[in-house]
Amino acid sequence: MSEPIAVIEPAGPQGMVSLRADLSDRAVAQAVTAATGCAMPGPRRIVAAGGKAVAWMSPDELLLLVPHAEAPGVAAGLAEALAGTHHLATEVSDARAMFTIRGPGADDVVAKLCPVDVERLPEGEIRRTRAAQVAAALWRSGEGEISLVAFRSVAGYVERLLEVAAEGPRL
Amino acid sequence: MSTRLAQGGRLIDRQKPLRFTFNGLPMEGYEGDTMAAALLANDRMLVGRSFKYHRPRGIVASGAEEPNALVGLGEGARFEPNQRVTTTELFDGASAISQNHWPSLDFDIGAINARLARFLPAGFYYKMFIHPRPFWKHVYEPFIRQSAGLGRAPKDRDPDRYEQAYGFCDVAVVGGGVAGLAAALAAGRAGKRVWLMEQAAHWGGRAVVDGVTVDGAAAEDWVAAALAELGGMANVRVKARTMAAGLYDHGYLLAYERIADHTPGDGRPRHRLWRIRAGQVIAATGAIERPLAFAGNDVPGVMLASAVRDYAVNWAVSPGDRTVIVTNNDDAYRTALALADAGLVVPAVVDARACVTGALPQAVRDRGIRVLEGRGIAKVKGGKRVTGVAICAQAGEGSVLEEIGCDAVAMSGGWSPVVHLWSHCGGKLAWDEAGAMFRPDPARPPTGADGAAMVVAAGAANGHLQAADCLADAHAAGGGTGAAPTAVTEAEAPLEPVWIMPQGAGPALRAKMWLDYQNDVKVSDVQLAAREGYESVEHTKRYTTLGMATDQGKLSNINGLAVLSEALHQPIPATGTTTFRPPYTPISLAAIAGEAKGELFQPLRRTPMHDWHEAHGAYWEPVGHWRRPYCYQRSGEGIEDAVRREVRNTRNGLGLLDASTLGKIVVKGPDAGRFLDMLYTNMMSTLPVGKCRYGLMCNEQGFLSDDGVVARLSDDTWLCHTTSGGADRIHGWMEDWLQCEWWDWKVYTANLTEQFAQVAVVGPKARAVLEKLGGDIDLSAAALPFMHWAEGTLGGISARVFRISFSGELSYEIAVPAGQGRAFWEQLIAAGEDFGVMPYGTEALHIMRAEKGFIMIGDETDGTVIPQDLGLDWAISKKKADFLGKRGMERTHMTDPNRWKLVGLETPDGSVIPDGAYVPATGVNANGQKNTQGRVTSTYHSPTLDRGIAMALVLNGPDRMGEVLDIPGIDGKVYRAKIVSPVFYDPEGEKQNV
Repeated sequence: MSEPIAVIEPAGPQGMVSLRADLSDRAVAQAVTAATGCAMPGPRRIVAAGGKAVAWMSPDELLLLVPHAEAPGVAAGLAEALAGTHHLATEVSDARAMFTIRGPGADDVVAKLCPVDVERLPEGEIRRTRAAQVAAALWRSGEGEISLVAFRSVAGYVERLLEVAAEGPRL
Repeated sequence: MSTRLAQGGRLIDRQKPLRFTFNGLPMEGYEGDTMAAALLANDRMLVGRSFKYHRPRGIVASGAEEPNALVGLGEGARFEPNQRVTTTELFDGASAISQNHWPSLDFDIGAINARLARFLPAGFYYKMFIHPRPFWKHVYEPFIRQSAGLGRAPKDRDPDRYEQAYGFCDVAVVGGGVAGLAAALAAGRAGKRVWLMEQAAHWGGRAVVDGVTVDGAAAEDWVAAALAELGGMANVRVKARTMAAGLYDHGYLLAYERIADHTPGDGRPRHRLWRIRAGQVIAATGAIERPLAFAGNDVPGVMLASAVRDYAVNWAVSPGDRTVIVTNNDDAYRTALALADAGLVVPAVVDARACVTGALPQAVRDRGIRVLEGRGIAKVKGGKRVTGVAICAQAGEGSVLEEIGCDAVAMSGGWSPVVHLWSHCGGKLAWDEAGAMFRPDPARPPTGADGAAMVVAAGAANGHLQAADCLADAHAAGGGTGAAPTAVTEAEAPLEPVWIMPQGAGPALRAKMWLDYQNDVKVSDVQLAAREGYESVEHTKRYTTLGMATDQGKLSNINGLAVLSEALHQPIPATGTTTFRPPYTPISLAAIAGEAKGELFQPLRRTPMHDWHEAHGAYWEPVGHWRRPYCYQRSGEGIEDAVRREVRNTRNGLGLLDASTLGKIVVKGPDAGRFLDMLYTNMMSTLPVGKCRYGLMCNEQGFLSDDGVVARLSDDTWLCHTTSGGADRIHGWMEDWLQCEWWDWKVYTANLTEQFAQVAVVGPKARAVLEKLGGDIDLSAAALPFMHWAEGTLGGISARVFRISFSGELSYEIAVPAGQGRAFWEQLIAAGEDFGVMPYGTEALHIMRAEKGFIMIGDETDGTVIPQDLGLDWAISKKKADFLGKRGMERTHMTDPNRWKLVGLETPDGSVIPDGAYVPATGVNANGQKNTQGRVTSTYHSPTLDRGIAMALVLNGPDRMGEVLDIPGIDGKVYRAKIVSPVFYDPEGEKQNV
């Protein structure tokens, strides 16, 4: 067997905070930007700045990516900033597992597992989809690199899945 | 004799010989050969036996439509049955074996069936094997199973890699003939994102064989130029060896790429299944030539005329020195010319048409070849190989006019467009009287999400059999602007439909006219079906098995339904076609499985402590996709012993349970209390902050759906625990109501099941071990009473502690961040050492809850049980105006006093009642079955009480305390059980309230 077409790496602990709220509310946008330094993302977009990021997950849900140690504080801070505004901010860092897919065949690895038009996946877009039999979300996180998030309990399945897809030839 | 010609063969490379074996005999072919071409070059015409009569069968076709030439290919783990040699590329070292015969291909005992053919008519199995009834199971079925199935199944695990991939395009062009190439060029030049796929390894379809001139160049050169141009377009993806297997709703196209069938073991995936979302599909899938139905048309050496031409031109293979051609159209004359060009003899062209004057027949006559007008074949001579044909008048009954010696017969009954992709999603067909063929009806296409046609048929697949029309049609289908490629071919005179040859053939001849070669369906079988009242073509298909073989009737369907139409005295369109279903040709099961095999067969969900359990003797139980320890076996210990030890240790000392799989859903917002009051049968809005309450959820019909403990975290936030299997379902249920019904309620939910590891610390020493861990939570009975929760740190880890109990013991369930779950668990194990801590599994959990009379969703409930059946009336609010299930519970059947109700059962002799046993009553029901008055829902040996305990739903059960029931088990024994309260252990709750 030849070289894998992409390298699969667990990204390690990643702080994540889920925020459900009215995304058109200015107070929500201010709280999110204050917590992350990122502008509010539009539908299906992910905005990154200074090692943090905010991803649009659904019409009333965001996912904030922050350093792992900061996540509880970010969740608590959002709750405080949005007191009086209907919202739900919860830390979900430990509920997820994150992987990077890096290399010339990174797109092909995704195309083998996810029903995503990866050829036309632009920078700055997050796609909620599935990887084979489990839920996943992915976005371009760098040159020749895709980040993929899945649920923690299936981390072993997803890692092996990505590795097996990367063993095959380019599409 | 078939053989290799000295010259020619546009696809073979004579510099690259390849060795292979057939039934162990060494043979030689060339690179570029199909296995069929190579077998014919080695004079192997006879390659298999038919399914029913074991008739000798030879190669008929040159492509995917081949019904006969199926072999077992490969050896050992790579053995695979039913591989079509006509689509198998030859590779060095290939080995093939023939199928469906014993002891050998040339001498087959099963061929006796052919002698018995008249006793094995259509529907034989249905008629024969009905009576006597008991014979079915013990005699007929084993006999039929023995003879059923073609080829033998591989035994070893498939060593090859298979994968799937997703593709997206504006236009998917299916078919690599000149039509497909023209359509792809047109779409590609327009800037569309195009996929072009061809099932074979080579391009150009029929035009390159038939010597068509395209745009002033030989078709061969035009094809090469087209491929070069397409290869240079960044927006076009060109794929050979890729078969479009099926088209589904919304342009979802399944394509099957055979990457490494011809290079086995080279490390590449053998097959790749593409799941393509196509904006539009252009079906340029060509047409398939039809056989003619004459007596003996299945004798090896009788082939399709186009296939004979293919073998001569593509692979320089002669099917025999002398080939008689029989036809009802002009196209077959091209075969006569191709054979003459190769220096072979065509003794005659037998044409069913009375008057033949076209340019092609004239060219044949000019070569000195006899053309017999108005003639047909009365009979093919020969058994395992054609030796000659008997000629008759097509208009007559089969009187032999002359006999002509020959080695092969090339037949052509006209052409049928390949309309499968058009039809898979509902595209309709129209009967073309002039062409005697079904072709796509452009007024009734398959439609996509926007209501517009999602398939365009192009070229021969659209009924345009002449190259010039074909190219113009394909150019337009591809959205081409400007002039279409032009083609020059000889003009063709119209064909004359011929469904039986000769038209007046009597029963003896009709019983030798094969329609479906693989399943042995003859003209006489279809006519018999019609006489027996089978009028629907779908019923006739199933009754006769016409078109039900692995080739799915590619050669036989049109001929079969034409014969049926004649028998029913109705026009062909009134009979119609059977349904075209994917896949177009069989695809490997391994490609359908893709990566989902072995360790990736199913996702396995692991709790944070999974690896610890595995290292400590966990005997696993699957719970949904989770694995949970059923018990932890110690060395030399049986499973039952382990379970008993775990129960006793927990009741008397300290047990730990990994409860991480429990659903944990946060519900927050100004309307959260109101929302939960609707979801649960009892009141949750009144639950004080800091407290917990057990709750039930029902569906709208009132049936119990899930249960769990709810904790109020703050003024506007609740945490709902669900069953392990219910976490995702209940979260979806909540969102369904919030998004679809109560969309204006201000409530948000989040499923935090996987954010937390949860550990149940259970037993008299539970408080002691937690206090030993240390932290800032006051765990005293006064500060943290039963059904309260608190948060803080325990052993340095932030934790939420719920004082709840599913065992009846002093018990805490502690949630910590999942990332620290393993560390927390190990702290508890270490700190618990002094208290004799042991982990316990799901079976101990089940036993302890049953000892306490706690119900389990899925044991005491099965979707037909309401809370009242289980004595849970106390958990149903009388005050609330409404909740999900309230009205359902008020229906008469739900309030029927005769509904079976929950009781406990105990066996005086201590035995354990079998799970699922029914309690019989007197008398029998309308079906003659014994009446029942109850059933066992849970049953265990209780290590605490050291006897069998059970829970059961019993008619008027709570009113029958002390009554003894006789419960027969399937083991033949009758168990005596006394009706008791379902709470077997510590009914006052003294152990948990300490």
